[in-house]
Amino acid sequence: MDNVTLSRAIMGTSLGFHIVFAVLGVGIPLLMLAAEGIGLWRHDPVWLALARRWSKAFALIFAIGAVSGTALSFELGLLWPGFMAFSGSIIGLPFSAEGFAFFIEAIFLGLYLYGWDRLGPVAHWLTGVPIAISGAASSVFVVMVNAWMNSPTGYQAVGNRIVRVDPLAAAFNPSTPTEDVHMLVSAYLVSGFAVAAVYAAGFLRGHGDALHRRALPLAMVMAVVASGLAGITGDTSARFVADDQPIKFASQEGLFPTTAGAPLHIGGIPLPNEHRTVLAIEIPHLLSWLLKGDPNATIKGLNDFPRELWPNILIVHFSFEIMVGLGLALGFCGVLYWLLALRRRGPPTDRWMLLALVVAGPASVVTMEAGWFVTEFGRQPWIIYGVMRTSAAATSTPALGPTFAIFLALYAALGLTLARLLLLLAQRERRRAAVDGTRPRP
Amino acid sequence: MTGVTLADGVAAILLLALTAYAVLAGADFGGGVWDLFASGPRRKAQRTAIAAAMGPVWEANHVWLIFLLVGLFTAFPTVFAVLSTALFLPFTIALIGIILRGAAFTFQAHGEEAVGELAPWGFIFGAASIIAPAFLGAALAAVAMGAVRSSGAQSVTAGWVSWLGADLALLAVALAAYLAATYLMVETEGDPPLQADFRRRAFGAAMVSGILALAGLALTWRQAPLLWSALTGRGLWLLIIALANGPIAAFAVWRGSPRIARVAVAAQMVFVLWAWAVGQWPALVPPDFTIQASAAPETTLRALVITIAVGMVVLAPSLWLLFHVFKGRNPAATVTNPSP
Repeated sequence: MDNVTLSRAIMGTSLGFHIVFAVLGVGIPLLMLAAEGIGLWRHDPVWLALARRWSKAFALIFAIGAVSGTALSFELGLLWPGFMAFSGSIIGLPFSAEGFAFFIEAIFLGLYLYGWDRLGPVAHWLTGVPIAISGAASSVFVVMVNAWMNSPTGYQAVGNRIVRVDPLAAAFNPSTPTEDVHMLVSAYLVSGFAVAAVYAAGFLRGHGDALHRRALPLAMVMAVVASGLAGITGDTSARFVADDQPIKFASQEGLFPTTAGAPLHIGGIPLPNEHRTVLAIEIPHLLSWLLKGDPNATIKGLNDFPRELWPNILIVHFSFEIMVGLGLALGFCGVLYWLLALRRRGPPTDRWMLLALVVAGPASVVTMEAGWFVTEFGRQPWIIYGVMRTSAAATSTPALGPTFAIFLALYAALGLTLARLLLLLAQRERRRAAVDGTRPRP
Repeated sequence: MTGVTLADGVAAILLLALTAYAVLAGADFGGGVWDLFASGPRRKAQRTAIAAAMGPVWEANHVWLIFLLVGLFTAFPTVFAVLSTALFLPFTIALIGIILRGAAFTFQAHGEEAVGELAPWGFIFGAASIIAPAFLGAALAAVAMGAVRSSGAQSVTAGWVSWLGADLALLAVALAAYLAATYLMVETEGDPPLQADFRRRAFGAAMVSGILALAGLALTWRQAPLLWSALTGRGLWLLIIALANGPIAAFAVWRGSPRIARVAVAAQMVFVLWAWAVGQWPALVPPDFTIQASAAPETTLRALVITIAVGMVVLAPSLWLLFHVFKGRNPAATVTNPSP
């Protein structure tokens, strides 16, 4: 493999690994805060036990997120020196802000984790607030950088030399509002479904104690609200992309000829060499109507762009279909859960519903990763859209092949160990709860 | 403005971040070293004290590195790119060390109660705690001796694979271990035998780092004229303070005055780093990159300084709170078994 491919492979693996922990770092603190807050409010030791249990799991998750995030800040330079030399001064502002957010998160996590027995109950709860806020802020800041790669604004360059920078204009570039909000709600969506999956699995295996009966609905509140918002913001994002990066839009829809009254392709296989998408369920005029509100509106297809600027249509289209398909399914699953919960007046314990929730956890991660595939593969061949090619940004170092192999092994080891530890931790908590009687330790 | 510019100010802030990382995270790496070399009848107590001292703070200490990286690529983007290219190998190896160290510590700290001793991770924690500072030290040697050039067409081992690189790699580990052992003397004030363990370790580390530092000076004189002229030029007064402070710190350790030792040893790290940085001013990465010429546009620097100022308003009291709660009068007496 050449250096550009290897650099993309390493960066993609690192990002794909890190983001799982990053999104849990946004959502789980809010769940912890809610659980501990309700526990304090109602003097309910079960809620408090739940928050404490989550904090233990979160300690592991956050640490893996922190070290894999460190990998990324190194890799920006190690893999993409050309990109960083050009854009460091432009996108440094949101990165520095993210640095501070991460700092605050790490500090208060230290206080929260090790402060259970050292701080008063309310003081302890308060140390959780900055974790939840800075977790969300980190996401917002760091996605600003990716948004800038999609809509590079706020600078003047002469050749490769940056002569003027407007850091605020770069941070608040045209892609920022849609991309930032969509990512933030997606983070809550994944956190909600991931936590729900754990407790749904517990119910299925007959551990449906008081703790489970509180944890599952709380996680599902977050999941269902976030899925609704993810749908709305996803729609806004797609509309924005259609204007801002029509080639990415055409790729995700698998639309080759520029069409008046364009159909919506559901599924299907785009064949770039034949300039058509086959085997798709085609709904006539729907794409035009969805995008422009006019069933006969004209939508730009891939054929209007030079072939060398096409991204990998197959990956972008599949990823988009997966994101939208799974996203809709997740939303449906969330609504169904609450309909059942309202009818049953409590967490539904129907086997099929619980099974669906167990699947929904990993599915939400796949959905989010697919969304990033659309953004990142869809922007190719550019690293900075319309400004710098990915091939011009990569490092020339000869050691990338082994580096890739080492990082793959590293992430596999970390992921597997973490999974094993989380499972063992859960088992031990259950044993301890069983020893203490029916009441979990507060 | 003549003389000192905004770019110099930003460079000074980055030096402070580097110093904070060295003094705080350095001790966490040193903790890993002593975890690996825990020995004697109190080896378990030694490990427990290390874990209790690191647990609440290591992640916050680690963020100084992120701060440094982000500040560097914001304010001096070309230098960041050149360093990342020229020092690809030591940075990548250090990075793997940093990842493994953090993960291993967490797996141990939070996994041990669930599964007991966590087979390879205890060893990985210690080994990675040596690898990371060693390769960062070697990379620093390459920068200080002027081996990172603008042409880019240099070998992937330029500078850091050298006698001075090896010496600074070992010195970084030794200083980290020295810092950790003196900090642990303070943390174990309530347990005299355990404190004596760390006092012996601190004194040993003091001797080793002293020898390595003097060897480094000799190597610099013979093999790194650029660094030698920096250290004997503008950096001379800091070098002299460092040379004078070294014995003071070691004496405080030997006498068993942990609080004086803690300050003196941390100061030693500061003087060594500053002698190098002040000595090579106005160069950022000598000889090709000066602070002035490689700085980002003025608006970026201003935005960065404002961001840092605003960030510090939130950060400073938060950091104070963290260290106040966990590193107050005698934390070792109260931290028996951190149960998060």
